[in-house]
Amino acid sequence: MSDHIVRAYDEDLRVLTYRIGEMGGVAEHLVADAVEALVAGNNEQAQAVIEGDKRIDHIHEEIEEKAILLIAKRQPMALDLREIIAALRISHDLERVGDLAKNIAKRALAIEGALQPKRLVLGVQHMVEITLEQLKAVLDAYANHDDAAAIIVRKRDEEVDAMYTSLFRELLTYMMEDPRNITLCTHLLFCAKNLERIGDHATNVAETVHYIITGHKFSGDRARGDETIAALSDVTPGEK
Amino acid sequence: MNDILEAAAVTETGYDPSIKMSGRDVCVFYGDKQALFDVNLDITTNQVTALIGPSGCGKSTFLRCLNRMNDTISICRVTGNISLDGEDIYDPSIDVVELRARVGMVFQKPNPFPKSIFENVAYGPRIHGLARDKTDLEEIVANSLERAGLFAEVKDRLDEPGTGLSGGQQQRLCIARAIAVNPEVILMDEPCSALDPIATAKVEELIDELREKFTIVIVTHSMQQAARVSQRTAFFHLGILVEEGPTDHIFTNPVDRRTQDYITGRFG
Repeated sequence: MSDHIVRAYDEDLRVLTYRIGEMGGVAEHLVADAVEALVAGNNEQAQAVIEGDKRIDHIHEEIEEKAILLIAKRQPMALDLREIIAALRISHDLERVGDLAKNIAKRALAIEGALQPKRLVLGVQHMVEITLEQLKAVLDAYANHDDAAAIIVRKRDEEVDAMYTSLFRELLTYMMEDPRNITLCTHLLFCAKNLERIGDHATNVAETVHYIITGHKFSGDRARGDETIAALSDVTPGEK
Repeated sequence: MNDILEAAAVTETGYDPSIKMSGRDVCVFYGDKQALFDVNLDITTNQVTALIGPSGCGKSTFLRCLNRMNDTISICRVTGNISLDGEDIYDPSIDVVELRARVGMVFQKPNPFPKSIFENVAYGPRIHGLARDKTDLEEIVANSLERAGLFAEVKDRLDEPGTGLSGGQQQRLCIARAIAVNPEVILMDEPCSALDPIATAKVEELIDELREKFTIVIVTHSMQQAARVSQRTAFFHLGILVEEGPTDHIFTNPVDRRTQDYITGRFG
């Protein structure tokens, strides 16, 4: 796309996309660090994640202000309008990712001291890998305006959901085996759920990227892989 | 795209009431210079169609073809077909004065006659013989001023000169004058470009109300205005109709690169 006649407009838009990229980078780090702190029982690291979320909130506010000002000043149309609306949406999604990472870090602090059989956290560890891949892929798709890559991310969210469902079953089994696991497993279950939600936010971003490039929304509902409600009735017959 | 094709099919076989005016292969020449190239555009009944494009793109030229204002320019030649309710307006049997009563026009700069407010509005109905008597004429004037949203502001000073009104009021007076002869189509050539934002908002509000009764075609340089007041938008560039469609589409997701460049301010 060629440049605007008013050069300051291009600069404004560039700053906006740059800040989104920055925010995405911070969000990725927070998610990775939160799970690392959880696995290692590292309180300092968990505390750093909680602090780090403030930076995300700060960038989020800044992007929102810039976007509102841009709309007021330039009355954007077509691609420019989509780009600015997208920045607002993506910024909102990333802000939520930061909150979810913070929540994992808080749980890492809460379960500190609890006996931690390593096998219990393996699932969460595995899940964060694919969630981070999704997050990275979608931020690249945004930076490169790559619709094909965004479509792949959206499709792949099924894997995250499926992994969450299986982790849910697994943790439920541990809890039934030994009630002393319940506290720990409940925290881990919430951590897994948070990662699943982060995956959903990556999907939202993918849909926004598709909107920037094509001007259209994705048609049809995305296949949902979260089957924990069904899993629950498998394990506890008679209850819904 | 489909509805455009369908509409075209109907107009070929007969007259489609949802299409008020229709241009087919319209070319306009000023002497040797061609200003419009094979323009095909339908003007939808009771909707506002905005014509946008950079200066010299032919949008005003096209607008002026719709009530044969170009006839007044001696070197101007129009080819192709333009119809109103399915009837060719360039047919020799057409009475141009009557045509211009059916297809009224409002210009960029408010141009009230140097007469009283009342006379400005009464002039058209009088020469077209639309009023039976004085009371009838007064009613038409009051009614037209009312519809133009001006009556409350001027009802106590109808005898004062129209030129004494503010710019925005003058423009609404011109709109009242245009609607006094009960036209079917109103053409507006940048009706707000000489007005302040408040007066502009009033005219835009008026346009929105008027489309219930009239079909409106507006040429505007303000993208925001086109987006606000129109239901359909046509983008002209270098005498070619580049893209035409629902306004919501043109301003969020235009198909043609040239349209996109123009409305986002990228035209060099």
